[in-house]
Amino acid sequence: MSAKIILEKRHNASPMMRYLSPLLAIGLTVIAGGLIFLAMGQPPLKALYLYFIDPLTSIWSLQELVVKASPLILIGCGLAVAFRANIWNIGAEGQLLIGALFGSSIPILFGDWQSPLALVCMLLLGALGGALFGAIPALLKNRFRVNEILTSLMLVYVAQLLLDWMVRGPWRDPHGYNFPKSVSFEGWHQLPIIIGNGRVHMGIILVILAVVILYWMMTKTIKGFEIRVIGGAPRAGAFAGFSQTRMVWFCLLLSGALAGLAGIIEVAGPVGQLQPSISPNYGFTAIIVAFLGRLNSIGVMMAGLLLAVSYLGGEGVQIELGISDKTTHVFQGMLLFFILMCDTLIYYRLRLLSSMPKLTQGGSLP
Amino acid sequence: MTGLEAFVLTVITASTPFLLAAIGELVVERSGVLNLGVEGMMVMGAVCGFGAAHLTGSPWLGVLAAILAGAAMALLFGFLTQILITNQVATGLSITLLGLGLSGLIGSNLVGLPGEKMQPLNVFGLNEMPILGTLVFGQDPLVYISILLTLGVAYFLYRTRAGLIVRAVGQSHQSAHSLGYKVIAVRLSCIVFGGCCAGLAGAYLSLSYTPQWIENMTAGRGWIALALVVFSTWMPGRLAIGAYLFGTVWILGLYAQAWGIGIPSQFLSSLPYLATIVALILISTNRRLSVVNTPASLGQGFVPDR
Amino acid sequence: MKQLVTTIIAVTAAVVMSLSATAADKLKVGFIYIGPPGDHGWTYQHDQGRLAMENTLGDQVETMFVENVPEGPDAERTIERLARQGTGLIFTTSFGYMDPTIKVAKRFPEVKFEHATGYKKADNVSTYSSRFYEGRYVIGQIAGKISKSGTAGYIASFPIPEVVRGINSFLLGAQSVNPDFKLKVIWVNSWFDPGKEADAAKVLISQGADIITQHTDSTAAIQVAEEKGVYAFGQASDMAAFAPKALLTSIVNNWTDYYIARTQAVLDGSWESTDTFGGMDMNMVRMGAFNNMPDDVKAMAEATTASITSGELHPFAGPIFAQDGSQAIGEGEVLDIGTLMSMNWYVQGVDDQLPQ
Repeated sequence: MSAKIILEKRHNASPMMRYLSPLLAIGLTVIAGGLIFLAMGQPPLKALYLYFIDPLTSIWSLQELVVKASPLILIGCGLAVAFRANIWNIGAEGQLLIGALFGSSIPILFGDWQSPLALVCMLLLGALGGALFGAIPALLKNRFRVNEILTSLMLVYVAQLLLDWMVRGPWRDPHGYNFPKSVSFEGWHQLPIIIGNGRVHMGIILVILAVVILYWMMTKTIKGFEIRVIGGAPRAGAFAGFSQTRMVWFCLLLSGALAGLAGIIEVAGPVGQLQPSISPNYGFTAIIVAFLGRLNSIGVMMAGLLLAVSYLGGEGVQIELGISDKTTHVFQGMLLFFILMCDTLIYYRLRLLSSMPKLTQGGSLP
Repeated sequence: MTGLEAFVLTVITASTPFLLAAIGELVVERSGVLNLGVEGMMVMGAVCGFGAAHLTGSPWLGVLAAILAGAAMALLFGFLTQILITNQVATGLSITLLGLGLSGLIGSNLVGLPGEKMQPLNVFGLNEMPILGTLVFGQDPLVYISILLTLGVAYFLYRTRAGLIVRAVGQSHQSAHSLGYKVIAVRLSCIVFGGCCAGLAGAYLSLSYTPQWIENMTAGRGWIALALVVFSTWMPGRLAIGAYLFGTVWILGLYAQAWGIGIPSQFLSSLPYLATIVALILISTNRRLSVVNTPASLGQGFVPDR
Repeated sequence: MKQLVTTIIAVTAAVVMSLSATAADKLKVGFIYIGPPGDHGWTYQHDQGRLAMENTLGDQVETMFVENVPEGPDAERTIERLARQGTGLIFTTSFGYMDPTIKVAKRFPEVKFEHATGYKKADNVSTYSSRFYEGRYVIGQIAGKISKSGTAGYIASFPIPEVVRGINSFLLGAQSVNPDFKLKVIWVNSWFDPGKEADAAKVLISQGADIITQHTDSTAAIQVAEEKGVYAFGQASDMAAFAPKALLTSIVNNWTDYYIARTQAVLDGSWESTDTFGGMDMNMVRMGAFNNMPDDVKAMAEATTASITSGELHPFAGPIFAQDGSQAIGEGEVLDIGTLMSMNWYVQGVDDQLPQ
């Protein structure tokens, strides 16, 4: 007689596990991380402290945390909506770059136009650029039934090369000794700084707005209901008269626009000019953020901050202990793993089953 | 060596990693599972293959290590998606992330070391033969393996009972289950096979293509392998054609530069990706091709009712 | 839970104590790297410089580095972090760190900064770079002598002035011994993509090049050269181990002397903002061993190296003709530093159109 553990579907999703599972995942990541440090011959507690606590201990690093987290949150909460509807936009990185390219057209082509309106136009163009680039996989999916995972991803490479060509060619700074960068953005072409002489900029307000609006949309509006129905049970959605085609457009345009907005915010904020590399893979990291945040914009905000902590902490352990920056990626991968595993516990419960002979034949069951 | 021969040789070496990784994923998807972790399994194969070959001095032990590494990553994916029924897209992505990070960590001491290059076959000196000698007989062993694998998978899927079961599971796991097939076991074995192939593709990169280890040396090839599977409409023969077409476009971009045509190099570099998108459109438009072969339960988790 | 909290508090206290216990009289020197120190190319050489500096100056300094820092929004934070860590001198070793370095330098006027390969200076920011093109002239001459087909293949990264300068200097060197020498160029749009560099090398060889040189950082191209039986040159560091039969020589970037001198200047209090563009004369560019070539070619290469070092020979001395046949500079003149710094045109004989 052997016993085995099986999964049993819960009748209702467990509300307790819903909140516990991210915490459990973080706990498991910390333990696994400590073991990795130990295996690398590093003091695990000190490394973990530098990784997860130290970034929270100074005003400067808290500000930097917000700067680092904001693009992740902005992109992540757009992706969360799309993923909810089972639309897999993997190409946010490309949408971000095209958004940055579109928005930068104002300072580069109309450098003399200095007014708050110029900044507003930059932000709008950024969102438009991202949305247009997101529209390509949407069009291909709706018109030709091409899988959006692959097209959105292939377009990332195209966007990178396009940006590269623009910055090295037509949009190169004419006084920059032919180096690959645009003119530096000045005055109203930059997002105003809101705290002292740090780097926290007006873009943060847009990020918070996006989080709140999307949370409201998903919980309080018909659109949010539609997204959840289509994502949860496509057939039920069809019976309810919801259009899958419209949903594809909506999700890819929305997540593309937010990624594009994040792109122009990065360029008009921390970077301050267009250059070949403007994003350290924010578009891809935001995918983890979306899942870590349980595809819910408030959760995405927490997850974005958590990931930002891991980046800052990763630099800390490099400087203090000389630990390779690859550990940061391992941590992020593990975190995502554990959250996926723990999420299983929301919908299923573990049960120990001993294989007793079943009453199958002849037994009259009540 | 004639110009044409050199061209074909370059195309073969460029296409082989795509074919190796894609043929494994084809079987995985035929069983109804979408594993987006190809890139992560491949890069783990590359680093473990290089490391083992470097330590033991034997490229073949390297290949073995690469296969095992790919299989281990695949097993992790299989455990999560099949046993814990996690989302396949998210799990696949995390395999890729984890693979890229872990390989960098494992390989940090291997960067910049000269590698053990896999030697081309030399059967009875046949590769000395004029014209077709090198082309047909002088290739790297892994090139022949990739072709044999493709033939083997085609035979397996269409000519064996096990292949029929795999296709049935991919078509409808519910009916396959009610017919008494062990859906999860079938899928797990396919996933592990896919991991082995991805690991092998990684080994090809770090032991033959460019015999060295560098972080992220797969450079997005795993993703292209995924696109090729869709392009092939899940048929091994078309997959081989697709991989070689893609390799040709990849190399032609470089030739166009060497000829000095004067098209911006960024445009030439983006050609393979644009070509992939166009190919996907062409294939997907042809409903007859795409619908017939698409595994109907692709990407859906299976929970057996007891 | 309670235990966890007490553990965290204990660890915090221990860490804080260990941090404050570090001696304050050592000069902390920080480095920002674009790649991993093990890339065997650009970052590797900077890291060798760092290690040698630490060895030479011993107890007076303590060094720290951050690797793989992308040239985007993260650069400024990482540089500032090093500045906040109490460093007195920070080397930022890639072009894309230019503006972030300037921004952080404004906030930390007491910290000294050194930015490699850029053009923006400040009171506490120096710039430094090497005349790598001097080495390219020497390998060009060797290629001109060794090549049978009279054509070399050049694998280029990105069309920035430094790379264009290198291509022109190589070809001028080759034409100084073989006036009909031709050059084919492939841009791989990356500093580090071994697969693509290897493919590019194969394509160039099949197009008739029997010498391969590259301005990218991996060793893939010279491995292909070894396999195909043509010759190649190493870049950034001595790469002889990767291609013992094919490698003629390497151009070695040597940052050691510069790093020692600048750190010493901070220790002495004599540091000033300067603009260094050092070449063979300052030992910032060195040639590796000359291998696999006849004695007369070796003698010629050594003589050329010596006369560039002494300043007798300038690779960009006239007459030089641009690709379209127009004369760029006449007999007896030398291209000025401004033209060199922003070079975006080819000399005659390059079989490629420069991306504009």
